Amino acid sequence: MSENSIISLQNVNKWFGDFQVLQDVNLEVKKKERIVVCGPSGSGKSTMIRCINRLEEHQEGTIIVDGIELTGNLKNIDSVRREVGMVFQQFNLFPHLSVKENITLAPIWVKKMPKAEAEELAMKQLEIVKIPEQANKYPGQLSGGQQQRVAIARSLAMKPNIMLFDEPTSALDPEMIKEVLDVMIELAEGGMTMIVVTHEMGFAKTVADRMVFMDEGRIVEEAAPDKFFNNPESDRTKLFLSQILNH
Amino acid sequence: MNINYQQSRKPPVATTGVIGWLRMNLFSNWFNTLVTIIVAYFLYQIVPWFLNWSVFEADFTRNYLGEVIIDRTGCSRVADPENHSGACWSIIIVRFYQFVYGFYPREEVWRVNVVYFLLVVALVPLLYEKFPVRKQFLKFTYIFPIIGFYLLYGGPGLEIVMTNKWGGLLVTLVLGFVGIALAFPIGIILALGRRSNLPVISMICTLFIEFIRGVPLITLLFFGMVMLPLFLPEGLNMDGLIRVLVAVTLFQAAYMAEVIRGGLQAIPRGQYEAAQSVGLTYWQMNRKIILPQAIRITIPSIVNTSIGLFKDTTLVVIIGLLDLLGIGRGALADATWMGLSNEVYVFVAIVFFIFTFSMSRYSLYLEKKLKTGINMGAD
Repeated sequence: MSENSIISLQNVNKWFGDFQVLQDVNLEVKKKERIVVCGPSGSGKSTMIRCINRLEEHQEGTIIVDGIELTGNLKNIDSVRREVGMVFQQFNLFPHLSVKENITLAPIWVKKMPKAEAEELAMKQLEIVKIPEQANKYPGQLSGGQQQRVAIARSLAMKPNIMLFDEPTSALDPEMIKEVLDVMIELAEGGMTMIVVTHEMGFAKTVADRMVFMDEGRIVEEAAPDKFFNNPESDRTKLFLSQILNH
Repeated sequence: MNINYQQSRKPPVATTGVIGWLRMNLFSNWFNTLVTIIVAYFLYQIVPWFLNWSVFEADFTRNYLGEVIIDRTGCSRVADPENHSGACWSIIIVRFYQFVYGFYPREEVWRVNVVYFLLVVALVPLLYEKFPVRKQFLKFTYIFPIIGFYLLYGGPGLEIVMTNKWGGLLVTLVLGFVGIALAFPIGIILALGRRSNLPVISMICTLFIEFIRGVPLITLLFFGMVMLPLFLPEGLNMDGLIRVLVAVTLFQAAYMAEVIRGGLQAIPRGQYEAAQSVGLTYWQMNRKIILPQAIRITIPSIVNTSIGLFKDTTLVVIIGLLDLLGIGRGALADATWMGLSNEVYVFVAIVFFIFTFSMSRYSLYLEKKLKTGINMGAD
């Protein structure tokens, strides 16, 4: 693990039954670095970032997040999850709680924050994602884009050092994608360490410090966006980019 | 002048008001009309007959001659069967105390009345969400079982009334409410246990649930009466009613566990993942995210099994406890009132119906109340 890495994956292997989803994955992420992960479906991108907060368990190799190694140790898992926020493709808001309650829940229960303070924090987060007026509605009453922004606010309320995005715009109607990406760009400009799995190449060009291309469970190519889009090394990357950019 | 009036159309069929309602709900097509007529005919046959039997031609405390009824021969329908067929409610009235309190000593019966009253008080915060001091009341609801037990059984400052003196509605309510109230948390634990990733816990819970569900309640009641004492250390003699309560609670908990497990299975995996990713522990996740949603969708089934248990408590008569039905059968076995089984069974049925119907209404109210925000398109 290099000195200033905040996330470090070393020779990570993972199987679902007989099927190997991750093969010898090595990835170092520095503090405040923005990584965009892309690749065809089934290439293991989601599985990789889900291993970083232990929603999936890796079977071989080492994953170290902010100096804490992820093993079966529940205490370590809890401390890593407090460091790492995650945004899902399907938003996964809690439908029985109001928007405000969705956001205050973890600060109140995990950080033992007083309720009034947590609510103030929630309103601040909602202003960051530009929907403070929706605080008392329920998730089912919001549009997809609004729901995803609430999900981002919910993660941010825990003051994470790292944010993981698992295809955050894939379930959205086209006209709602921009409002979510705008929030993410602002977050990136604020200096958040981010790993984003996405097919939004425009977004990748704007914010990424480094592109990671995966196929069949391996990291095929890692490069700065400029080089990645204009002069990729691997043929597999070229093929993927030609398919994704040419329509 | 030759004016060509447009032919006027018929007014549209009314869809509002009494006529509109009737047309929409009862006579919308020929089949509905037929069903409506048949049902109306049967209601016409049954309702007046029942009202006549139970109210207009019935004896309450005095018979058709104006005499106070003290035994079966005083009943109009026994004394003059040719001209009188109405119910003779005297058997219920004379034995009303037994039906409500069993053989609880009369000088101590105020304690039972206080408990009945407190039970209503304890239910208020559950029934009215907008009740002003609901939080304080809920605290009372949680400690009510302890107060209730102290009042009914006795203890420091109160004379002990052994449970074999309890009976009638008192036993029915104690069994029903305690069984349902205790089985609920145990059922939740069992359901979570059965889904646990730890094989030992999951296996123990599965075995327990399958064993209890695979055995009739009567067997469990006998088990409680006969075998439970064998497992207890010598000298510790468990009260009969408590032994039955243990059996009833375990039985209900197993069913409750399966109902709740069904609800747990309906919660999408994303809910667990989102809860974990914000750092909630296993118990926090279940308490705040998973169970509230799982219980919400299983309310109809939870109430269904609860109503089932409430009625099943009548089985305790087999092991010698006199619940409402047991007191009724006791009354019928008494030579002075023999042959009035219609009155007794109808009375018992009505009492049970009042309670179970209230439960069912409560379930509908809960479903309506909890609908906010859920099933509104959220994944």
